[in-house]
Amino acid sequence: MTETSVHTPSSKWRDVWRQFKSHKGALIGGVIFVGILLFVFVGQYVWPWEANQMNIRARNQGPSWAHPFGTDQLGRDTMARIIQGGQTSITVGLTAMVLALFLGTLVGVLAGYFKRLDGLLMRLTDLFLSLPILPLLLVMMLLFRETLSQLYGPETGIFILIVVAIGITSWMPTARIVRGDVLALKEREFILAARSIGTTNFQIILRHILPNVLSPIMVSATLGIANAIITESALSFLGLGFPPDFPTWGRLLNDAVDYLQQYPERVFWPGMAISLTVLSINYIGDGLRDALDPRIRGR
Amino acid sequence: MLTYPLRRLAISIPTLLFISLAIFFLLNLAPNDPMAQVPLTVPPEVKEKMREALGYGQPLLVQYWKWLVQFFWIEPQVWIDATFGTSLSEGKQRIISWQTRSPVMDIVAQRLPQTLWVVGMSYVVGILIALPIGIYSAYRQYSVFDQVGTFVAMVGYSVPPFFSGVFAIVIFSISLGWFPSIYDTTHQVVDWDSFVFQLRQMIMPVMVLALQTTAQLSRFMRSSMLDNLNQDYVRTARAKGASEWSVVMIHVLRNSMIPVVTVIALGIPSIFGGAIITEQVFKVNGIGQQLIGALYANDLPTVQTLTFMFAFLIVMFNLIADILYGLLDPRIRYD
Repeated sequence: MTETSVHTPSSKWRDVWRQFKSHKGALIGGVIFVGILLFVFVGQYVWPWEANQMNIRARNQGPSWAHPFGTDQLGRDTMARIIQGGQTSITVGLTAMVLALFLGTLVGVLAGYFKRLDGLLMRLTDLFLSLPILPLLLVMMLLFRETLSQLYGPETGIFILIVVAIGITSWMPTARIVRGDVLALKEREFILAARSIGTTNFQIILRHILPNVLSPIMVSATLGIANAIITESALSFLGLGFPPDFPTWGRLLNDAVDYLQQYPERVFWPGMAISLTVLSINYIGDGLRDALDPRIRGR
Repeated sequence: MLTYPLRRLAISIPTLLFISLAIFFLLNLAPNDPMAQVPLTVPPEVKEKMREALGYGQPLLVQYWKWLVQFFWIEPQVWIDATFGTSLSEGKQRIISWQTRSPVMDIVAQRLPQTLWVVGMSYVVGILIALPIGIYSAYRQYSVFDQVGTFVAMVGYSVPPFFSGVFAIVIFSISLGWFPSIYDTTHQVVDWDSFVFQLRQMIMPVMVLALQTTAQLSRFMRSSMLDNLNQDYVRTARAKGASEWSVVMIHVLRNSMIPVVTVIALGIPSIFGGAIITEQVFKVNGIGQQLIGALYANDLPTVQTLTFMFAFLIVMFNLIADILYGLLDPRIRYD
């Protein structure tokens, strides 16, 4: 116990933040991730070029002051495309993570809290864990892209498809972790106390269970974003993601591979963007795990 | 002792059946026509007959049942015939690819060796690199080696294979010209020179896949070693005067390997999934590329068979990992 913690009553989240700050990798990762977010979401308004603005006279240019990352085979500014692509990639990552987290938490809480549902839901989780994820994602993308494109337009349709496909194939780890924590929490006295004063199951879950399983959910959230970004890029890389004129980082990498022999430097920026984002998120997750672990925190 | 494996095996059969049913219905939800590639000059009646010949007009459950029979009953017979020269499968309908009109399993058999060579080799290389790194990082925790190892593992874990592969091509085959960027599957190893060529073309795909394995496994080995290094039995071993080498490499390592071995078994199916992308990057003519090609050509029987084979691998290796864990760790007994 340090001097300060005796005088100022420290909340749990302040302790968590203090521990998080002491993890250098996590802090640097956080700064880089915020930087990437700013670059991608604010950069659009600062950067003069449009992502789909063609200029056939200025095609295949190397780096210059006007185009720091060069231009592609249609004279489109690569930096503008990286910015636009990043918006899509990160939005897909965040949305898919939220969906996966919602499904995982729902299944985990239900399985942990209601004994009758436990066996069934955990069998379901095991079943989903034994599915070959990448082949199935490819199959889903191929089969439903036409239908959804017609229903919601090519961009929104594919967006919904990718987010749903990634979401429903990556909720299982969260469900397992949450279930384990709920099982342990359920037997604690404060739950018994809540029940004895007539709190309904729904209220107990909402007020007492969920706030206490927040830590593992937050750690799965960071890993979920990283996983979703990589999966989306992989699908786009294999040519089964977003349509060609709609840049994402994976798509840009795929386009650059076609010109690998002539302009090998072109693969660098999209690939670097994916790797740096995922790396920074993984470091944040690492720091968050340490910060939220009560055995490590406060040491 | 034997009841647990048997019970697990019994559970895995309905799991596999359910997965195959799910894949089958997923594939048949979308409108697909096996005659899409047939020229327009072929009259519609003929096309209709060709469709029926492929078993397309029948109810879904009948089609599913036929696929099951073909996959689990007829294909093994073909395999037995090919191995022992018998003729069990003569005249029986096999799973036919819509794309090539030849049996799916024949193409799989042609392509599997390439995948197995690249994937298997990369896994072995990955394990061989990861284990010493993990052991030494744990033994010298927080040393410079450990810090660098942690960072490299994090990078290896974060950089997706479709970037690390392409990046390796840019550096080693375009800039330096050391290795070929395309894997030549028709290459035959006959003498020393062709062996060297085979080695050179294998290095990049193997190393790219191995990077992923190494990153995950070395971290796991490290934490498993750390768990054991502070145990009482280690102090006992040191106290009785065992050499440092035998304390670490015999006492600690053998106990630390228990969870690592199961993780190695669990990782085998996922490496096949990773191979789909790596094969695409390096143009390796394996089953991953067969799957992608079949997807683009709407070749449902091939997609169904390959996807199910991936699922089969996952279920089987989960089972193997579970049983291994029980065998290796005497504290764990399934009753």
